[in-house]
Amino acid sequence: MSHEVNRRQFLISSAAVAAGLALPSAPLFAQGAKKVRVGLMLPYTGTYAALGNAITNGFKLAVEQGGGKLGGSEVEYFTVDDESDAAKAPENANKLIKRDNVDVLVGTVHSGVALAMTRVAREAKALLIVPNAGADEITGPLCAPNIFRTSFSAWQPAYAMGNVMAERKHKNVVTLSWKYSFGEQSVAGFKEAFEKAGGKVVKELYLPFPNVEFQPYLTEIAALKPDAVFVFFAGGGAVKFVKDYAAAGLKSTIPLYGSGFLTDGTLEAQGDAAEGLLTTLHYADGLDIPKDKEFRAAYASAFKMQPDVYAVQGYDAAQLFATGLAAVKGDVGKRDELVKAMESATIDSPRGKFTLSKAHNPVQDIYLRKVEGKENKVVSVAAKALADPARGCRM
Amino acid sequence: MDLTTFLIQLLNALQYGLLLFLVASGLTLIFGIMGIINLAHGSFYMMGAYMAFALTSATGNLFVAILLGIVLSALIGFLLEWGLFSRLYKRDHLDQVLLTYGLILMFEEIRSMIVGDDVHGVRIPEILSASIQLSETLSYPVYRLFMSAVCIVLAVLMYWLIRHTRLGMMIRAGSSNREMVQSLGINIDLIYRLVFALGVTLAAFAGMLAAPVSSVYPGMGNQVLIICFVVVVIGGVGSVWGALVAALLIGLADTFGKVIIPDFAGLTVYLLMAVVLLWRPEGIFRRI
Repeated sequence: MSHEVNRRQFLISSAAVAAGLALPSAPLFAQGAKKVRVGLMLPYTGTYAALGNAITNGFKLAVEQGGGKLGGSEVEYFTVDDESDAAKAPENANKLIKRDNVDVLVGTVHSGVALAMTRVAREAKALLIVPNAGADEITGPLCAPNIFRTSFSAWQPAYAMGNVMAERKHKNVVTLSWKYSFGEQSVAGFKEAFEKAGGKVVKELYLPFPNVEFQPYLTEIAALKPDAVFVFFAGGGAVKFVKDYAAAGLKSTIPLYGSGFLTDGTLEAQGDAAEGLLTTLHYADGLDIPKDKEFRAAYASAFKMQPDVYAVQGYDAAQLFATGLAAVKGDVGKRDELVKAMESATIDSPRGKFTLSKAHNPVQDIYLRKVEGKENKVVSVAAKALADPARGCRM
Repeated sequence: MDLTTFLIQLLNALQYGLLLFLVASGLTLIFGIMGIINLAHGSFYMMGAYMAFALTSATGNLFVAILLGIVLSALIGFLLEWGLFSRLYKRDHLDQVLLTYGLILMFEEIRSMIVGDDVHGVRIPEILSASIQLSETLSYPVYRLFMSAVCIVLAVLMYWLIRHTRLGMMIRAGSSNREMVQSLGINIDLIYRLVFALGVTLAAFAGMLAAPVSSVYPGMGNQVLIICFVVVVIGGVGSVWGALVAALLIGLADTFGKVIIPDFAGLTVYLLMAVVLLWRPEGIFRRI
């Protein structure tokens, strides 16, 4: 009696096991249905939260426009809030690379965090796309086949401004920025172009990051009486600086110039103080590019707000990866092919078409923009197809 | 540096110091009188700044916004003390640090949910938007002079309140010996609640006053918090007079540090703190 029950039980359980084994094998037969794992490591809290959100929105818009797919593959997102904290960066990056096994790591805004991410990605040979952080090192000494950037290097917009200011016949200039790598690289890029064109940087002023007490420096600038001033500031600091500069009466006596971050995303808060300011950046308002008009309309209808340069960079990061994915038909294991496809891609960006340099940084037009009301209206192209010199890159 | 530039830098230092005093005075009151380390103090400053932004957008007038903001902050301070901080008096400092640190994180999230993460500006009211020409290139905004004047008035008011009124007497007594004051029939709980509300209001008021010249952005409270603690430590815990002197010293150190030793400008304030602590570990002044 017990023998019979055992045999029945055995048959039933083995049938169940066989059925169970058969099920998971079904997806394996459908090639390319494997989801691509995208790791987003961006600031979702703190000063740069708005930028982190804009980049994410831009990225997701590109996926949506691809029918919910990137280069034909479905996407699975893994998100980490990096809090713009460089100390936590290696741990956060490893979370995505080792624990979540992402196929591509996308991030971040803050250069300090991005540098840490780049080092981790280089070591783990993980694919990294930087949608903002402009530290020159990322496509300089730290360049690698698996490291890409769809934004800019600190050098690019600053170098373009150096030429602009020289053309406008300014001879003696004072620079002011925060004393950290991005600020120093911006000033260095500006100085390179400006002094090559015959100008002179009379004094390079730096204040500790992220200090925003500018009054002593404004007083010093007024005492030095240069022809013009070049600055790099971003976010809350940029708002305060522009307002302080105007309030100190300097706006009308000593012209102020800066790389685009001075007036990007800050015009609402800056009000009249920013009116008429000239800045250089790889994006602007009023560009006569069909892709830009399309992008702006799509973004506005999807997210109920206007896109900014950060959204464009996130959008292009998705486009770049999609190009690679399409070439390898979703098989991220074919790393060399994937990288080759991405390297030789021409990105149809809202900022205008761009390609990547050998060090994987965008070779792009830098626009001269003027603040008119709430917009940074494009005036002209300050530098055409400007490539970062990628000093120190050995690839 | 010529004389004009030196005098202007001195003016910058004083104005910065006076604003620091306004923000730090609330912290030193709460710390000195109630013995509570309030890490959320920076968040109250931020709260004031965001209030100024929101209320000015709603009412169109900064002064009305500030008046409303003062009432709101006092109310919030009152409720916070009644609900949360009154349970902290018997606990040791570590518990207070943990609770108030948690409050910082909470306030940041609440701020993110209600107002979002964008950077905002507040317009200077028309009557104060002029600038005084100080040299051929530099002019000084009238609003900053206004701010300094308000800080001085407040310093005088606080001094008068603490030294020359019955309430001030009760506050000073309560900080020396809480039980004795209670046994004399004075409602020490209510007094503590008032002091806390005053501390919160001072911080928020500083945020509101400074909003047009600083900018309103996420995390703005954290930078201010650190420098406030430096002011309190240098000036002596609980001493309003000490906070004033310390804040002015810091203003001078920071401003002239930036001009004279720009490479070490970030260090000057902390070097000052180290020197003062070596000379006088309890801070410059000890009494309220």
